Amino acid sequence: MRTGQTEWLGAGPAGTAVGPALEVRDVSVSYLTKRGEVRAVEDISFDLGRGEFLGIVGESGCGKSTLLFAIAQLLSAPAVLNGGSVVFQGVNLVGLSDDQLASIRWKKLSLVMQSAMNAMNPVKTIAAQFYDAMRAHGVRSKAEITERSVEVLRMVGIDPVHLRSYPHQLSGGMRQRSMIAMALLFTPDLVIMDEPTSALDVVAQRSLMIQIKELQQQLGFAVIFVTHDMSLVSHFSDRLMVMYAGQIAELGATRSVFDTPRHPYSAGLLDAFPSIRGPKVPLTGIPGSPPDLARQPDGCRFAPRCPRVHDACRQRPVELLSVDGVQVRCLLRGNGAIQGD
Amino acid sequence: MTDDLRASGQPLLRTEGLTRHFRIGGGLRRETLHAVDDVSLEIGDREIVALVGESGSGKSTIARLLARIYRPTHGEIYFQGAPLSKLRSRSDVLRYRSDVPMVFQDPFGSINPVFRVSHGVQRSLKLHRPQLSAAERTEEARRVFEIVGLTPAAGVLSGYPHELSGGQRQRVGFAQALAMHPKLILADEPVSMLDVSIRIGLLNLMKQLRDEQGVSILYITHDIASARYVADRLIVMYAGQVTEQGPVEDVLAAPRHPYTQLLLSAVPDPKAELTMGAGTDRGEPPRVIDPVPGCRFRFRCPLAMTGCHSQTPELLELSPGHDVACLVAQSGAEVMAF
Repeated sequence: MRTGQTEWLGAGPAGTAVGPALEVRDVSVSYLTKRGEVRAVEDISFDLGRGEFLGIVGESGCGKSTLLFAIAQLLSAPAVLNGGSVVFQGVNLVGLSDDQLASIRWKKLSLVMQSAMNAMNPVKTIAAQFYDAMRAHGVRSKAEITERSVEVLRMVGIDPVHLRSYPHQLSGGMRQRSMIAMALLFTPDLVIMDEPTSALDVVAQRSLMIQIKELQQQLGFAVIFVTHDMSLVSHFSDRLMVMYAGQIAELGATRSVFDTPRHPYSAGLLDAFPSIRGPKVPLTGIPGSPPDLARQPDGCRFAPRCPRVHDACRQRPVELLSVDGVQVRCLLRGNGAIQGD
Repeated sequence: MTDDLRASGQPLLRTEGLTRHFRIGGGLRRETLHAVDDVSLEIGDREIVALVGESGSGKSTIARLLARIYRPTHGEIYFQGAPLSKLRSRSDVLRYRSDVPMVFQDPFGSINPVFRVSHGVQRSLKLHRPQLSAAERTEEARRVFEIVGLTPAAGVLSGYPHELSGGQRQRVGFAQALAMHPKLILADEPVSMLDVSIRIGLLNLMKQLRDEQGVSILYITHDIASARYVADRLIVMYAGQVTEQGPVEDVLAAPRHPYTQLLLSAVPDPKAELTMGAGTDRGEPPRVIDPVPGCRFRFRCPLAMTGCHSQTPELLELSPGHDVACLVAQSGAEVMAF
């Protein structure tokens, strides 16, 4: 296993021993459509340690954003939660009223969305939006709000003069940074990020990732980071979850998934895109089309596109099983041969 | 025709001092945005040229200038040696558009959802190749759909766009371009909206079109890794100007411009160690409104010298086919900025 040059890469998740910050158990979400029920997320369970950085990767339609919404209890019709529990700091968020959730959201659990341009109010200054968020959570003192706003903007490396700016006056990178600043107004224990860097250029993207990781190390919050670009989180996440067609395909330590992917889909994603270094090799990508959630195959969901598919794969659903500390949903279990149950 | 061109050493398409400015603001606050400034580039026969740069670097403006969606503020575009500003008659313009078609970024916005898939390709065949009969048009549509891998072609053509995935829609875009017997396809970020696992299929298609159909492609992208995979030559743009260009492996193995080095260092690579060099650069886009003389990258460049603040560097050939617009590199010093 490789270790990085920077200090925080060597450090494991801080204080995991204290117990998980988040326990997700058997979460399933369906969308009720005219064509029938579409099962977007199926039986997802995982624990997130305090201060841990979990990366979730997958293609469009794999259910990664739906899972985030289920965790934050932000699902709205036609999406319905079909059971399961989301226990955050000992409290099951499922079934809580809006008032009860309001006392947790933003204070202890905050969200950073994909498009800052759409997530921010275009006719209000950054200061006014920070003010609204803090007022809504019971902070009354204007001086206190201003002081905290200046503080969080400095944390993300933005000059506090931009409190007077409107979102359109900021660059894409600065908008995403101020979204992150806003998420940190009340030192949360968990920050959920849905592709926060996907609208940025590579240089801005790299800079933002390093900033997120530094803040996380400094403040100790846990991160769930959703992305479609697996290589983006390779140096930043402690664990990596690869999702396919609403299920966990593989979940394990990031370096382990990158060095020895045990699911053919993870391996395919890793080889799907060219590198800027090393010899140039012809690539084929993953054949076939992304899955249609309304029409799922009976057996392994990845079977129609899998280069190592076997008769047994098509017969019945494949269980998620643990192999050397990595959970993997594949009959191969990381070995060459197909194993019987 | 193309053989004559190759014999004469004439590139397929060439621009000379291509410039496009936009007036912004009104009243007393009148400013000029320099989207593209003094760009001279060449695209050869059967060549894939990748044009890379970050948002706001002017790469899409170049595509629109070459597609004649915008007219240049200054400068000229020569296609097969003939200046485009001299195109007068409708038939000349149509001819150019069929020689140089465009494939767009958004496969969901570029196909009309209420018509069958065949509609787009049939329309362009009617317009650009009016000599074909209805039966020949259907035959031709099938032929190009098969080339781009949309099989069974007849089935795909009679279906509707919503039945196709993003990758298949983008193949429709290339098939429509191919139906015109093009010489050069302008592809503006053709894979950036597709899922990672199917992007490579489109890149392979572009190579196949070059090798088997003999078309050239201008591949516009912000993704250097895909540019390396597919392109023969690389042009790097920053703030409306070309900063470095050359054979793709030469430029990537030994980038001479600090900006190219910054771009390369920021590409996430799970197989390599994380380099922190680029971490200090915020990636703030350059200001190209009423720029003053001097290198446009100087504010982000750790190697900037006094000369960089007053003198705009020219693009000079530093090794065969490898041009760099950087005063530091041109002074003979080794550039190791990031």
